Amino acid sequence: MRVIEIPASFDYRNIETLYDQIDVAKAEPLLFDLRRLRWIDPNGMLVLLAAGRVAAEAGSRPRIYLPGNREVVGYLDRMGFHEAALEVFEIGPRSIWQRRSRRSDVLLEITGIARNADVHGVVERVQSRAGAILSNTLRYPSSAVVQFSVILSEVCQNIVEHAKGPGWVAAQAYNWRRRLGRQVAVIAVADIGRGFRASLEERHAERFDGRWGDMPALEAAFLHGITRFPDTGRGQGIQQIRKQVRRWQGLISIRSGSARIADTPSWSSKGKVEEGLRPFPGSQINIILPERIQ
Amino acid sequence: MSSPRPSSLHVDVGAVFRDRFAPLLPNLVTRPTGRAVREAIESHCSGRAPAPFVSLIDLTRVRVLDFSCADEVVARLLVRYLRSDRPREAFFLFRAICEIHRQAVEAALARHALAAVCDFGDGRFHLAGMASAEERAAWGILERRREIEPGGLAGDFGGRGEALLAGLAKRRLALRRGGGTTLALSAVARRDASGDDETTD
Repeated sequence: MRVIEIPASFDYRNIETLYDQIDVAKAEPLLFDLRRLRWIDPNGMLVLLAAGRVAAEAGSRPRIYLPGNREVVGYLDRMGFHEAALEVFEIGPRSIWQRRSRRSDVLLEITGIARNADVHGVVERVQSRAGAILSNTLRYPSSAVVQFSVILSEVCQNIVEHAKGPGWVAAQAYNWRRRLGRQVAVIAVADIGRGFRASLEERHAERFDGRWGDMPALEAAFLHGITRFPDTGRGQGIQQIRKQVRRWQGLISIRSGSARIADTPSWSSKGKVEEGLRPFPGSQINIILPERIQ
Repeated sequence: MSSPRPSSLHVDVGAVFRDRFAPLLPNLVTRPTGRAVREAIESHCSGRAPAPFVSLIDLTRVRVLDFSCADEVVARLLVRYLRSDRPREAFFLFRAICEIHRQAVEAALARHALAAVCDFGDGRFHLAGMASAEERAAWGILERRREIEPGGLAGDFGGRGEALLAGLAKRRLALRRGGGTTLALSAVARRDASGDDETTD
């Protein structure tokens, strides 16, 4: 059984450390070892689930060792990782979940997305709890909960309409005191569907004259609003999300296949494009919304 | 000779949504939901007589309106009734809850190069979407005067006045009666709002 080591701190900045350990072409028993884990963001959680699902689909149900730290386990539990992980992993010995508390400070627990009804569920759940976090923590105007809901709706619909595979969404607010001196909300969306290249290939690959690949596909969708559908009016979801994220001085990135593209604000050191990454199925979207400076 | 005066139809999208889909918050999200709501609006319109009428699409009881739904409920509805094979002589006004809906509506209109008459919560109708400066000016005058007789824009636009009004009517942003009088869509809706219009709720 090959061991996949998860670092002590695992979030969108070092997420490639996990992708780099996954070989999607190889069917082998895997153990995801989280015992050293002290900090993880929604991107880390969803990519763990995605990697586990990929391994399971390749042939054998992967195993997971939970973090040794009880606080981290409690946090993962509040985020809904427990329930989602049970569908993907075999839980290793001595790995104990805590009971989930009734009252939750979580912006949006890990939620599976497969149908449009799931998108409605996400929007309704967020309506009831995001308002206080967006207003009090991020200092956004009270109407921001609607725009936040629209962002979630559009990114989740991307899974249903384009990925043709299962996915998850999760969001949480954090205090990035040392990193940014501000509070942030992190939204992560991940699927293991067919990805942007395959989604757009049939209609658009030909005119790229042999240059078609993950990055051209991401640029077509992300920068130009190109979609696999022939009718006008499609493809505006990502464009409008980008505009809203920019208004809030946030970051949005999409990784698909072996490439990543991003809109990066001045506070981020991340590049706008990355190519030659380890291939991975589907798409993974990361959105970070910082606290508003008055 | 003048044609019969146009009537109006008030479609409360919140009520349509609640009746068909959910008893709780009417969040208009996902394309299939938007498509179903558009089809429900079309069904309401199909029940009307063939004479021209103005339909006020009321989104004020809708909380979240995402871009996919705005595309279906606003843009594709307009596209359907701009076509020569439209099922009824319906003209549309949109009443949204506030500026938040404006983003979704404007984006959907822009994507199709459309314009629409919308109230974004301030009680006044605006011309949203894509229109030239002259179209906006002509529409603004019509909105203030409520109706313009033939030649009534000559003082503002000279010989181009009639063509501008005809253009607005062709884009279904104004309603032209048989005698050449041009009516503001909002005027038709307001006139009927006091009593004899039909509502969906």
